[in-house]
Amino acid sequence: MRMLSNIGKYFIMLQSVFGKFTKWRILKQLIFKDIESLIIGSLGIVSFISFFVGGVVSIQTALNLENPLLPKNLIAFATRQSIILEFAPTFISIIMAGKVGSYITSSIGTMKVTEQIDALEVMGINTYNYLIFPKIVALLLYPLVICISMFLGILGGYIACVYGGFSTSGEFIEGIQLDFIPFHITYAFIKTSFFAFILATIPSFHGYFMTGGALDVGKASTVSFVWTSVVIILLNYFITQLLLT
Amino acid sequence: MIKVDNISKSFEGSEVLKGISTVFEKGKTNLIIGQSGSGKTVFLKCLLGLFETNSGQIFFERTPIDEMSFKERTILRQEIGMVFQGSALFDSMTVEENIMFPMQMFTKKENEEIRERANEVIERVNLINANEKYPDEISGGMKKRVAIARAIVMNPKYLFCDEPNSGLDPKTAILIDNLINEITEEYNITTVINTHDMNSVMEIGEKIVFLLNGKKAWEGTKKDIFNTENQAVSNFVYSSDLFKKVREMYLKK
Repeated sequence: MRMLSNIGKYFIMLQSVFGKFTKWRILKQLIFKDIESLIIGSLGIVSFISFFVGGVVSIQTALNLENPLLPKNLIAFATRQSIILEFAPTFISIIMAGKVGSYITSSIGTMKVTEQIDALEVMGINTYNYLIFPKIVALLLYPLVICISMFLGILGGYIACVYGGFSTSGEFIEGIQLDFIPFHITYAFIKTSFFAFILATIPSFHGYFMTGGALDVGKASTVSFVWTSVVIILLNYFITQLLLT
Repeated sequence: MIKVDNISKSFEGSEVLKGISTVFEKGKTNLIIGQSGSGKTVFLKCLLGLFETNSGQIFFERTPIDEMSFKERTILRQEIGMVFQGSALFDSMTVEENIMFPMQMFTKKENEEIRERANEVIERVNLINANEKYPDEISGGMKKRVAIARAIVMNPKYLFCDEPNSGLDPKTAILIDNLINEITEEYNITTVINTHDMNSVMEIGEKIVFLLNGKKAWEGTKKDIFNTENQAVSNFVYSSDLFKKVREMYLKK
């Protein structure tokens, strides 16, 4: 019952986000601030993880291709498919649910417990629009992060494979191009866009509607991470079912 | 002037405010006093429109708040200044930006003009060398001054303060009380203060409403409070020996 009520509250919140708009000169500043903290601030960790996980995927694939009849370019093919279809869009989104999601929940939650949201409301500001809309706009750039993650993942795979002696550079590059279906990139970006919306709104919901004190901000961040991850995983399943089958 | 007519408010079946009626007059410092849990903060939040009442009406001048259109409510909100208990300053903004914020939000004035007005109120509340500081770099007393400056920068008609001197040393608390009192007279606004500080009651209480278990148990002025025979209000106000002696001395005079 409580879950149903929360789902209802979430959709009412979404409606209010697109209600009375904050003045553009203020909104513009908030959007740039959120782009800096949510997108640019995440590039380091996303790059680091993508590069090394790409390398590991490539090594694992190489070690499992024991049959000498299988061509070496399959290592690159498998690496590309894993990274483009699942690792970059989904795995990175789960990491972002931890990094960006808890940042959003804790920052809005802290504003809630220190009465900063009440202060905005008393001034007659649509707090949903003021706090959440800039985050949705900032996360429109999230597919760019995933694009970088795809590139670095494959680059990591290439370096690990070629310099680890599992295949030659030519074989790897040939494998990357093997049976390439451009729609897979479109599919990855479609699901990334949905995940971006989830990443902006579910953590905001948990921050905005939290009650209690400082300790509860921490609890709300954890709950927010769990629910954001669950929704991303479920959505991933349904989008894949809709677009790839 | 704010008129409160028989308002009640419940949370999950528990009645927190029970049929409160009173009038807060313009140009006066009105105090709401009462023990913790007596419903002071809920009462204040109902006045601010942060909580909807279950019954009764609140009139700002002559218009009931629940009959106002969305636009009228938005205009009313811009005529309200609020000083929160914890100051509620925006962490990501400097002192000057905090004070400029309401004007940037609701006026079409250029930034330079807004900065000029912000500096006027900064001077009025005696904040020195704090413009570029962030809220976590200033003292509790300074935070209250910034909150007051932010509340009055738009020339409000109504000023609400939730325990403005809680957590402050006695000297700073009196300075903040006097500042609010001076501003009330200077701007001719309706000020409503939520407090349980007896110094404030004695210093600036031009009208005092005493709440007990969600009901209005007494109302009067700071002079009336010395002569009151109401047991509940006497027990609350004169709970310390110091105030008992002050009262005895006043009555002897």
